[in-house]
Amino acid sequence: MSLEYQKSVKELAEKYGPENLVVVLGFLDEELVEIYATTLTLGDPSYSGSLAGVALRLKVYHILEPEVKDQIPEVVYQEQMGLAEITTGQEKIKKISKMLKEIREK
Amino acid sequence: MKPVIKGSAYVLAHVPDLVRYGSKPYREIEKDPNLLPKIEKNLRRFLDVVAYPPNQVFIGNLTPDELRNIPQPWFENKLFSASSCGNFGEIVGENNFYGVLKLADANGYDLVWIENKFLSDIKKFGINIFFDEQSSQKMGEGKTIAEIQEKLALGPRMALPLFHNEKLIGCFNRSQDPHAQEDEALGPHPLMEGLAAKASGALALKHLIEKLKMSPEEIDFIISCSEEAVGDRYNRGGGSLAKAIGEMCGCINATGPDIKAFCVSPIYAIIVAASLVKAGVFKKVAVVGGGCLAKLGMKFQGHLESGYPIIEDTLGAAAFLIASDDRKSPIIRLDAIGKNNIKNSARQEDVTRAVVLEPLKKLGKRIIDIDKYAVQLENPEITVPSKTGDVPKKNYDMIAGLAVLNKEITPQEMAEFVKIRGMPGFAPTQGHIPAAVPYLGHAIEAIKNGGIKNAMFIARGSLFLGRMSQLHDGMSFIIEKNPKQKEAKKCLRKKRP
Repeated sequence: MSLEYQKSVKELAEKYGPENLVVVLGFLDEELVEIYATTLTLGDPSYSGSLAGVALRLKVYHILEPEVKDQIPEVVYQEQMGLAEITTGQEKIKKISKMLKEIREK
Repeated sequence: MKPVIKGSAYVLAHVPDLVRYGSKPYREIEKDPNLLPKIEKNLRRFLDVVAYPPNQVFIGNLTPDELRNIPQPWFENKLFSASSCGNFGEIVGENNFYGVLKLADANGYDLVWIENKFLSDIKKFGINIFFDEQSSQKMGEGKTIAEIQEKLALGPRMALPLFHNEKLIGCFNRSQDPHAQEDEALGPHPLMEGLAAKASGALALKHLIEKLKMSPEEIDFIISCSEEAVGDRYNRGGGSLAKAIGEMCGCINATGPDIKAFCVSPIYAIIVAASLVKAGVFKKVAVVGGGCLAKLGMKFQGHLESGYPIIEDTLGAAAFLIASDDRKSPIIRLDAIGKNNIKNSARQEDVTRAVVLEPLKKLGKRIIDIDKYAVQLENPEITVPSKTGDVPKKNYDMIAGLAVLNKEITPQEMAEFVKIRGMPGFAPTQGHIPAAVPYLGHAIEAIKNGGIKNAMFIARGSLFLGRMSQLHDGMSFIIEKNPKQKEAKKCLRKKRP
């Protein structure tokens, strides 16, 4: 996760309080999803950015997770995310969802 | 007057000793000179480049569908019976390419200096479509190593060394004109990029002319879709590659401009060419794209990290001829051009809808009515190790996803859709070159022999790279079987007694 992003997220968390923030990721690369979610939850694993040693414990979700999908009107979701959902496939969505659930519970 | 695509030609110039002048390797070697031996150690031999399956698809000796059946990594599954001569063109070796580069410099600018013995060997033993009795004279005289070294001693602002098999064989000079001494656009590096595009583009156009058994004098107009920004400090990117390439190929009755639009240039150029033919302005228009030296070794770091050879060691070039209806070549459907308008978002999905669905709607066709889709055809073996992913696969998944949303196929049929209507990427990452058009040669053959009835060509462009706009570009066109192909046969039958 870029140093610039880490800095912005830290500033937002300080301004609004980490408990009031939810992060929704849109990456489809599982490795990137894991790095972002870990950094935003437990701190920068590479110890190079503003979030090194800072466990913000933000709630991190993926846009394709059912928890997010259920919050969005079906028509809007289909229009905006329908194609991404189809091309990603249920298997990969389940895998990302399971990984994020485990990170959230850490 | 329906415009047709009469033919295409493709050339790869294997230039391992120019990889160091690719933008990424050049910058990284400047930072760490110890990188150069690592790069050199991982460069491929000419025979390996010829035997590399994706290159055989590029020059037309293997179809994209046949490539799919060859297991990856392809650089480990070489085709030992492969030839450097292809149905659509050829793979040129580095020593011969230097000869063509010297010919491209035959305008009195004296940019390329080649050592005496090396140049004399090219003249005596070189084999190339450009080499004949007159070409030896046009290449001029060689230089001594002492003269070359004296020039190089002036530093990289004035001249860059040229190597073959890692041995010094010449140098590339700054423009000798006194007015150009302070002009960075006319320094050795940008001029080398321009001349490499001219030389490789000319190779492709020359192959096209030979393949179509036509005279270069028949061509009315040439459009270059090369990426290189040829020009001086007052008009960087001013143009002139089209005319320079035409001059080298003897197209004395033609003129023409350069069309520049990042990766989408070939699609724009073909649409403009087809429109000029349809309007009756010109009868035979050539579109040509020379190779991009700046992109050599662009992703070399990913290759070194993955234990791959440096696969971006070739300049890719292509040429096409668009002409008035000949009753046999596939027609270009100008009534169904796909385009991503300025009002559209940069979302990949929206761009795909604009360039795939909109033109199909105009024709009353569905997604599954197109037999083959040619998208950005970057070779995944180049892009996957550098974490850019499989570009064609991502594009095909999106088109298949749209077919699911349109209820033309089920989600379970997506993989089959991609297999049948898509293809593996096989083009070098040369920017404009992978932009769908590497499939044009295969498509023309497949349509003529009845393998497919039509194909759509789609390219996308990242306009943000120039920092002038955040817009995303996309264009597409469809070619289909010439309806008169059958009629022509019927007419022949009627004439029989």
